[in-house]
Amino acid sequence: MSSDDQILEEFTSKEYEHGWSVDLEADEAPLGLNEGIIRFISSKKNEPDWLLEWRLSAFRTWQQMAEPDWANVNYPKIDLQAIKYYSAPKKTKKLDSLDEVDPELLETFKKLGISLEEQKRLTGVAVDAVIDSVSVATTFKDKLGELGIIFCSFSEAVTEHPELIQKYLGSVVPVKDNYFAALNSAVFSDGSFCYIPKGVRCPMELSTYFRINAANTGQFERTLIVAEEGSYVSYLEGCTAPMRDENQLHAAVVEILAEADAEVKYSTVQNWYPGDKNGVGGIYNFVTKRGLCNGDRSKISWTQVETGSAVTWKYPSCILKGNDSQGEFYSVAVTNNYQQADTGTKMIHIGKNTKSRIVSKGISAGKSQNSYRGQVHVMKRAENARNFSQCDSLLMGNLCGAHTFPYIDIENKSAQVEHEATTSKIGEDQIFYCTQRGIDEESAVALIVNGYAKEVLNQLPMEFAVEAQKLLALTLEGSVG
Amino acid sequence: MLKINNLQARIEDKEILRGIDLEVKAGEVHAIMGPNGSGKSTLASVLAGREDYEVTGGSIDFNGEDLLELAPEERAREGVFLAFQYPVEIPGVTTTNFLKTAVNQVREHRGLGKLDAVSFLKEMKQKMQLVEIDQSLLSRSLNEGFSGGEKKRNEIFQMAMLEPKLAILDETDSGLDIDALKIVANGVNQLKSKDNATIVVTHYQRLLDYIVPDYVHVLYKGRIVKSGGKELALELEEKGYDWIKESVDAEATV
Repeated sequence: MSSDDQILEEFTSKEYEHGWSVDLEADEAPLGLNEGIIRFISSKKNEPDWLLEWRLSAFRTWQQMAEPDWANVNYPKIDLQAIKYYSAPKKTKKLDSLDEVDPELLETFKKLGISLEEQKRLTGVAVDAVIDSVSVATTFKDKLGELGIIFCSFSEAVTEHPELIQKYLGSVVPVKDNYFAALNSAVFSDGSFCYIPKGVRCPMELSTYFRINAANTGQFERTLIVAEEGSYVSYLEGCTAPMRDENQLHAAVVEILAEADAEVKYSTVQNWYPGDKNGVGGIYNFVTKRGLCNGDRSKISWTQVETGSAVTWKYPSCILKGNDSQGEFYSVAVTNNYQQADTGTKMIHIGKNTKSRIVSKGISAGKSQNSYRGQVHVMKRAENARNFSQCDSLLMGNLCGAHTFPYIDIENKSAQVEHEATTSKIGEDQIFYCTQRGIDEESAVALIVNGYAKEVLNQLPMEFAVEAQKLLALTLEGSVG
Repeated sequence: MLKINNLQARIEDKEILRGIDLEVKAGEVHAIMGPNGSGKSTLASVLAGREDYEVTGGSIDFNGEDLLELAPEERAREGVFLAFQYPVEIPGVTTTNFLKTAVNQVREHRGLGKLDAVSFLKEMKQKMQLVEIDQSLLSRSLNEGFSGGEKKRNEIFQMAMLEPKLAILDETDSGLDIDALKIVANGVNQLKSKDNATIVVTHYQRLLDYIVPDYVHVLYKGRIVKSGGKELALELEEKGYDWIKESVDAEATV
């Protein structure tokens, strides 16, 4: 084994640091999935009949569907009857201040370095903390309320703003879109709802932290963001999960709707438990994220930093329906040990003069497999559509794999589509150059990787970018300074 | 400061250094000259700890420490600096950020505290003048898209920031025009003190007009075959390397 490989082996085989578990007396559904469970979930959440019906119809649709197998990932068949579909902390009363939050929960946030106290002091970040499917704390609500912005848990939105939920739920990701989206539609537990009224520019970054907490609880988050005409919002989502022996399924759905001249920036840092270094345990993350640029000149931008999960299946996409609308996708996906990621985006150009930009940076280490899968589809009436795609892969060591599956479908001759791709290996030369200057190998790898991912990290809001850099270092090296 | 004793090294199956003996004291400047392929750059790399090379014999003592036992970053922190013949590009990492990481890790090792942003910048501004390097260059990705001259100046700038005890300049003159050469040499000369030493590895005498060595050694086929004062460099310039090659090869056949 060359010295280069030894270095990489050494620094890519460290244990996950955020491994702990918090005992929040869970109020759980029994194992398994059937119509009864769906009724249980719906009644637990005091949902209106229309929503129960929506769930049931999704469930029936899902029963007719088969699990997709086209992704470049391998995992044992998930026993969906061995999963609990609902789990909530017992405390369900509304909270006015942090004092009312379970101290154990606050402790958990502290370990994550994202304590609410800190978050509150941080200007401009409102936090809707989701622990095990139910939101327990929401801040900055009043300030947002003055502007007519709605930012709350999904369940709350169902109660408080049923007309909006009924109007928009499933409008971007239809129930029958795919197997996991249908499953989510049937059993989704909670999530976030965000509504920005016409002409309002949301003055703060909206942020939510998701966290899986009870064993064997599938997480089925549902996020819906609606940006009315001329509005703007930047939405952040990040997560880290405790260590688990058994695989956990996470099948979220995120829907974004942007009306004319609206802009939505959605950023996420994903750090679900990836399994141990032998590939045991870890989260299965099968997520459907889609944005609809419904109005002219609207813009949706996805930025993701994917470091966790045993298996990732995720394609944040944009449907560019409005004329002159724009879609962006910036992604860093890191896989290590036995992690598998099949991620990318779809840009569907429907309107005239639509533009899309894709920047994907894959980093594979250990024995992991990292795939970029992207589709650029220019439809017939999309005159003068433009796309630029850049797909880079960085390999660490020689036991991992990087794959690129770009699909391009052009139905209009005026389209201009560019695709660039590179594959490189972290060089021994680069590492030696750093160590010769006194930088230890661990920091050298972090420096090089962060440099490589910079174009994407730059898209993140400042405080998130710092967290993301740390996560990259953590994923690849184990320790954060 | 540095004592190299019968150093032998190879890369894969090829023996390159076949018994080097060299002593460098604080305050001295040594030039290592020799024809292409004589092992000059290998010697520089082995001193810095590049792991492509396998040391098969001999020892290196650096201020009482067994240099060969130290990892490259430990050597650097102890004060060994290599100005690369081909500085490496690191996309997305600015020289400033790179150096901040390096300087602070070196300082930590030396028992000095980390420099805060303000002190670091102040330090940088001072050192920038030494090699007439522009701040905008330091905000760009390390060595990416730099001209040959910019890369070499950047090396000396890093040297100024890291304040090594032993600086090894590996073909620092290659690819430099005369103006850039003067700037680089001027920087090196200003960094010289009675407490540090410099090893200049070069093929041509030209650089030695500006960085005047106390000793000149000629390396050929992995051995130092001739040592002398600075006048040896001039002699080599005049006569080329052939006369040395001939005398060494003749001896070998006897």
